[in-house]
Amino acid sequence: MSVVEKTSEVAAANAAGAAVVVRFAGDSGDGMQLTGSNFTEATALHGNDLATFPDFPAEIRAPAGATFGVSAFQIYFGSDEVTTAGDDLDVLVVMNPAALITNLKDLLPGGLIIADSDAFTDKNLARAGYKSNPLEDGSLDGYRVIVIEITKRVIASVEPFGLSHKFAVRCKNMWTLGLVMWLFDRDRSITVGNLEKKFANKPDIAQANIAALNSGHSYAETAELPSGVEVYQIPRAEVKPGLYRNATGSDALAYGLIAGGRLADIPITFASYPITPASSLLHTLAQHKEFDVVTFQAEDEIAAVCAAIGASFGGTLGVTSSSGPGISLKGEAISLASATELPLVIVNTQRGGPSTGLPTKTEQSDLNQALFGRHADTILPVIASSTPSDCFDVAIEAVRLATQFSTPVLLLSDGYLANASEPWLVPDLTQFEAFPVQFETNPEGFSPANRNPETLSRVWAKPGTPGLEHRIGGIEKDYDTGDISYDADNHQRMTDVRKAKIDGIAKFIPAQTVSQGPSAGHLAIVGWGSTYGPIHQAVKRLRAVGVDVSHIHIRYLMPFPENLGELLRGYEQILVPEMNTGQLVEVLRSKFLIDAKRLNKVSGQPFKIREIVDAIESLLGESA
Amino acid sequence: MNAPVKLTLKDFSTDQEVRWCPGCGDYAILKTIQKLMPELDTPKENTVFVSGIGCSSRFPYYMETYGFHTIHGRAPAIATGVKLSNPELDVWVVTGDGDGLSIGGNHMLHVLRRNVDLQILLFNNEIYGLTKGQYSPTSQVGTRSPSTPDGSVDLPLRPCTFALGAGARFVARTIDTEAKHMTPVLKRAHAHKGASFVEIYQNCPVYNDGIFDYIKDKKSAADSRLVLAHGEPMLFGVDNQKGLRLNTATLQLEVVTLGEADVTVDDIMVHDETNLVLAQMLAALSTPDFPEAVGVLYCKQEVSYESSVYEQIKTVRAKKGVVDFNEVLRRGHTWTVS
Ligand SMILES: Cc1ncc(C[n+]2csc(CCOP(=O)(O)OP(=O)(O)O)c2C)c(N)n1
Ligand code: SF4
Ligand SMILES: [Mg+2]
Repeated sequence: MSVVEKTSEVAAANAAGAAVVVRFAGDSGDGMQLTGSNFTEATALHGNDLATFPDFPAEIRAPAGATFGVSAFQIYFGSDEVTTAGDDLDVLVVMNPAALITNLKDLLPGGLIIADSDAFTDKNLARAGYKSNPLEDGSLDGYRVIVIEITKRVIASVEPFGLSHKFAVRCKNMWTLGLVMWLFDRDRSITVGNLEKKFANKPDIAQANIAALNSGHSYAETAELPSGVEVYQIPRAEVKPGLYRNATGSDALAYGLIAGGRLADIPITFASYPITPASSLLHTLAQHKEFDVVTFQAEDEIAAVCAAIGASFGGTLGVTSSSGPGISLKGEAISLASATELPLVIVNTQRGGPSTGLPTKTEQSDLNQALFGRHADTILPVIASSTPSDCFDVAIEAVRLATQFSTPVLLLSDGYLANASEPWLVPDLTQFEAFPVQFETNPEGFSPANRNPETLSRVWAKPGTPGLEHRIGGIEKDYDTGDISYDADNHQRMTDVRKAKIDGIAKFIPAQTVSQGPSAGHLAIVGWGSTYGPIHQAVKRLRAVGVDVSHIHIRYLMPFPENLGELLRGYEQILVPEMNTGQLVEVLRSKFLIDAKRLNKVSGQPFKIREIVDAIESLLGESA
Repeated sequence: MNAPVKLTLKDFSTDQEVRWCPGCGDYAILKTIQKLMPELDTPKENTVFVSGIGCSSRFPYYMETYGFHTIHGRAPAIATGVKLSNPELDVWVVTGDGDGLSIGGNHMLHVLRRNVDLQILLFNNEIYGLTKGQYSPTSQVGTRSPSTPDGSVDLPLRPCTFALGAGARFVARTIDTEAKHMTPVLKRAHAHKGASFVEIYQNCPVYNDGIFDYIKDKKSAADSRLVLAHGEPMLFGVDNQKGLRLNTATLQLEVVTLGEADVTVDDIMVHDETNLVLAQMLAALSTPDFPEAVGVLYCKQEVSYESSVYEQIKTVRAKKGVVDFNEVLRRGHTWTVS
């Protein structure tokens, strides 16, 4: 039902379910994220499946009109299962020339542009790098353009509230939202409620914003729009029945950690130091003091991981989180947790790097760091979440592995997952299997070196327990007594047992499954982390037109599931798309001696479905 | 525990071979603390020693309590986590001048500022012992060491001055071999709720031998140490004939002699542990112009970090009531797909 003709060949395969991609773009001060999140809520309530992708600049308030200050919010919604935030845009809403020039390349031919002509002043045009006004010079002829003097209309609509010019203009985003809501037949009542809540102490501002919202809506409704633009009616999606809410990956991860603590029957001590895009986890957990979570903002990342380790020694589960640069700082302490065999969860919300890199953009380039980024033979489990809602399950799994195997666990998320939201089938904690921690209490035969013969996990005896006083530390310990030991054979033995414990986790995790397609055949696309969405859609589209291709998505990166090697060897070809220069692919090649091919992207943006489809088509073309 | 058996020094000694060099000041400190432990009314199982890396940081291995020998400089951060996980625990930090003030200076600053309820013992031998004698951030200018063969050129840090600057609410100084002085100081540190910072002058006979002789030797001790007592005039020297007077013109302490130039005890400044400005002046005093202060320089009881944290949690929980996790997940905008 989309009025826009998709140009991609394989899009036809997807046409069964209508879907639309809308992007709101403006200055970072234009309130685009707020517009997007309100539109998302309304869309979820409308019954569409959806995925969002907020994309904002590193600068909090860049100079008005600057291209590097453009903030955007993209939403992909439709009647079919949606697992990415979409490739090409059907609708692009721009609040100024900078937003247009930086986003136009993503708009489909014939796509719809909604622009505020009041913002296309000579100054703004020059700042964006336009020699002439694109709204007037015919350069947008290949698109359908709705040009509205939004600023003027907003000012008129909020006039009764007597706001200053500055505050009146700030209602622009709500006016525009009203218009877009009319286009897609969305209900405005939640947004009205949100505004009333947000500006509870400033009722005139709340009312002005609501008036702007309604004014934008009625502007569109009273058919002042040029011909050819009709109401988009996106049918409801077929999704699993149940109770839903919207959740970002960061929300789901926070809830997952709390849930993990409950299933392990142990309080959580969460210690962190702010860093984009990882901070939201600290913020969310700090709001949930009603659960057994103590949050601690440390003086730096080293102190954060150390406090978490101290907490684990003290008998709660220490959790720390950061992004790549902060994880680098934590390295030495993570090895201490490994050497002392204390439980610890480390969350890495990856971002573009190296160094400060692209702090607000996404990448999955810390896999090597997660697997190998510490001194000596430090070995620890590494797991990755693949979608915003998967963050919940993966967080629980991280808690399980840490507490059951007395080890630090590295959980990989990324900037895209942390900020992106999707409808989340709200889990029921009573349906999860508990894994309560068993603290040692019996002094009889106690040694801090005692192990569970099955899991090889080291005994956990917490201070406060009479008769179990003992010392641990980073110096090598005797295998039997736990006392300091510099003995050569003992060091070999200890190194071996630490490795055997982590390798042995493979026996306690699910076998690798194939998420789409046959479990042997022509070609498998193997991914990990947030590439799940685009790989899933690409494989789905190609399978719909008869291509023999499977999708395998790996959650357990260290150790791998026991059957992974055999599974991969069942395909003639393997393609590994990654948002890095090829980290998993190298591991798969060296570990399984298979000729896996790579597809890499490090632009700070998630893969587009089309990019993966193209790569598959060209790979199959080559081999045909 | 009901009717506790009286514990002794032996109960706090481990079976581990102590590995410090013969004559190291660490032995004396260990013995004093092992002896002190039974006198503190803390159950043994609630006592935790956390250390960083250095000769001094081997300490926990010799204490029959819970212990964690961690990584270089990070003991204050680890101890903060231990205390946050269980505020009932009685947590001691043992660190060195390199561990606590060089690599771990930032953590030391913040643990003192936050006022986490810990006893922090900084063994100051003005040298890196474990790595074989390089100069440290507390070494005197001109210290010859493997890394400064021609003498160090940078100004040393005074640990007590650092601690006061960081906002420590309890700052004291004592001497390794003087159990009689150290024991009551450590008792005070233990009784203080909040971060208690104790600098211990510690002799390293191998790499920095004798640097504290001026304050330890019978001959010079009286003139080079000022033994602090709250509410008492700050007298020192043989027969306490010298004292510190506040020069109100320069706002500095000066050494005066009783009986000379009409000086009487009434002119001598009285030690007040709660006076931060005085504590800062005392921390800065150094020989040969002044005696060096030992004892409690500063003590001000304020609420400790972890108790504020748990107080806040209590308040929030009282307000929110008993909450069900499943129910929280279902709050806000939800919708049902049938
Ligand atoms: C990360 C790291 N850097 C360096 C070292 C080496 N190192 C161990 S102890 C030490 C200095 C110890 O000096 P101090 O804290 O004064 O302790 P002391 O041995 O004098 O008691 C150094 C540099 C280390 N163990 N870890
Ligand atoms: S090197 Fe110095 S401080 Fe270290 S154990 Fe030997 S004497 Fe003690
Ligand atoms: Mg030292």
